[in-house]
Amino acid sequence: MSATQTKPARYGMAIDLDRCTGCGACMIGCAVENNVPPARPEATPRTGITWMRVYQISNGAPFPDRRAAFIPILCQQCGNETPCAAVCPQEAVEVDPATGIVDQMPQRCLGCRYCMAACPYHARYFNWWDPQWPPGMERTLNPDVATRMRGVVEKCNFCHGRLHAARTHAATEGRRDLLPGEYVPACAEACPAEAIVFGDLNDAASEVAKLARDGHSFRILERLGTDSKIYYRTARAWVRAAAEEPAARKENDRG
Amino acid sequence: MDSHLMPRGVRRCPLAQFLLWILPWCALLAFGLYGAGLCLVKGLNQTNMDNRFAFGLWIFLDLTAIALGAGAFFTGFLLYILKKSELKAVINSAVVIGFICYSGAVAALLVDVGQPLRFWFTFWHPNVHSMLTEITFCITCYLTVLCIEYVPIVLKNRKLRQIPSFLVFEFELHKSMPVLAGVGTFLSFFHQGSLGGLYGVLRGRPFAFREGFAIWPSTFFLFLLSAAAAGPAFILLTTWVVSKISGKQLVRAAVLPLLGRISGVLLIPYVLLKSVDTLVWIDRTAPARGFAAHQFFIWKPFGAWMLFAEILLFGLLPALILLRRHLRQSTGWLVSAAVLVCLGVTLNRFVLTLQTLSLPTLPFDAFLTYMPSWQETATFLAVVAYGVLIYSFSFRYLTLFPEEKDLPQPVRSHETERVVMEPVC
Repeated sequence: MSATQTKPARYGMAIDLDRCTGCGACMIGCAVENNVPPARPEATPRTGITWMRVYQISNGAPFPDRRAAFIPILCQQCGNETPCAAVCPQEAVEVDPATGIVDQMPQRCLGCRYCMAACPYHARYFNWWDPQWPPGMERTLNPDVATRMRGVVEKCNFCHGRLHAARTHAATEGRRDLLPGEYVPACAEACPAEAIVFGDLNDAASEVAKLARDGHSFRILERLGTDSKIYYRTARAWVRAAAEEPAARKENDRG
Repeated sequence: MDSHLMPRGVRRCPLAQFLLWILPWCALLAFGLYGAGLCLVKGLNQTNMDNRFAFGLWIFLDLTAIALGAGAFFTGFLLYILKKSELKAVINSAVVIGFICYSGAVAALLVDVGQPLRFWFTFWHPNVHSMLTEITFCITCYLTVLCIEYVPIVLKNRKLRQIPSFLVFEFELHKSMPVLAGVGTFLSFFHQGSLGGLYGVLRGRPFAFREGFAIWPSTFFLFLLSAAAAGPAFILLTTWVVSKISGKQLVRAAVLPLLGRISGVLLIPYVLLKSVDTLVWIDRTAPARGFAAHQFFIWKPFGAWMLFAEILLFGLLPALILLRRHLRQSTGWLVSAAVLVCLGVTLNRFVLTLQTLSLPTLPFDAFLTYMPSWQETATFLAVVAYGVLIYSFSFRYLTLFPEEKDLPQPVRSHETERVVMEPVC
């Protein structure tokens, strides 16, 4: 356990799909916070980097009954035999027992991409190019987060830089444990619809833990047994069916 | 011109003809090295791989080459451990093929990783739970073993033998061959299996995931068995092809049918276990993870036909051919069956590597396709050209088939006058 915490946390998220408008603010907030470089002109939706990807789904009905929904997918921070951590040949992926966060160490990554093949959520991204920012934009880089080099894998880490900052702040106040809401990832902060709630799932009184227990909440690909920490919530039956039933449709509109 | 470098008692084509033969392969190698160089210098953006298709043509090449190169370890095992002395006729060729396959695969892997200079990190920070760690360790060790096994073949070269210390060194190395064969077999058992485990352990990929025994998924054992079956078939095939191209009888008539029989005997349990494994996967493994197996086969062109082709057409059929004595005696049947076996192992590796990645796992994600870029294809072809060149030089200057010089060599009628006086290719 970390020296700065006395109680092990299990950080997780609850995402309300009925609130999500698909605006993409979470993706932008994430990219800015974590120094994700702008996509190269030659990049495609399949080679670009976005730690959070918003998928668009529809009910398939013709107008005027057509309905759409958006599903933000990020690293699901798997807790049980974490698929990516188990396969990495050089321990570049670690699960922090103090927080439950699955962390990626780009400095140790070989770029073999075995973890990407192992991830059922396709939430890992490879740096196909050297990161580049347009002139002047380097000044917007977050000094608390290291940029990554070409040839390594990266993914969401629940804004680890913010966790460190929150811990440092707590330490200056003589605390070892974080207060609820003291540590919030950029995506949750950026969401204008407040669809993303973040917190400690071990804290039964936290809002995220309550939402996770909600009858309308579910986890994607739950039967794989990955014990992910991202809960999705919807009261719409078709959205839940589309998000839970494997291979229900052949085509989709990717965000 | 270079006849003093060739083994005694064998005839090879004139140097000019040999140079003409290797020229296109050298050109292909140069083209491929240029493609690989672009990938190393500019990065893997030169490929058509992406975040979903994290592996592509190269990983398929690696898995297939290593399966086909299994003839080296399995022939060594049969010859040195089980004392199947008839296989002495092909062991040198098997070692060279194994060396080519493994070194080619390792070279392709070094281009395939994003940070090739960090290759040693796996040895420094090994994750003992990862199949890839086991593969890295075993392949590195086994490639070293293959190099040591290749050295005596090189040192037996007529010119090199004139150096006394080389002769002594070769003699000493030769004495350790049974030990090396044992070490090679041990290492191969693990990494051939681990290559199967590479995908079999992927809990997040229900198409590939398999239950198994202890820490090993069933694909671990299936890969091992299929590689052991395909290795001798590939040696059979290459021996036949080299014999056809060179117009020489390289081994006694009984050797190729023996290789075919070995392959057939191993294929039968493989087909049986593969069938049982598939049924367990359909009935239990995939449904337990929320997927009905038929869902994996709705995406065209990867239909259920591939499963049947893999098990019946490329498994059971060649096994039945190779187990029938009178069919084995017919070169046509024998070679056709060997081709089917090699195609079968190739298809199996294709299915496990590329089909797995093309299938969506997220319910709302799409089926994706992938076509390698010219740089990927060129690198692939470079490995092929490298293999042909190494084998061509080895065949010309080294003793790959010890029985060749003692066998009556067929002389083609239209070449009689010219060829009798001159060595044929």
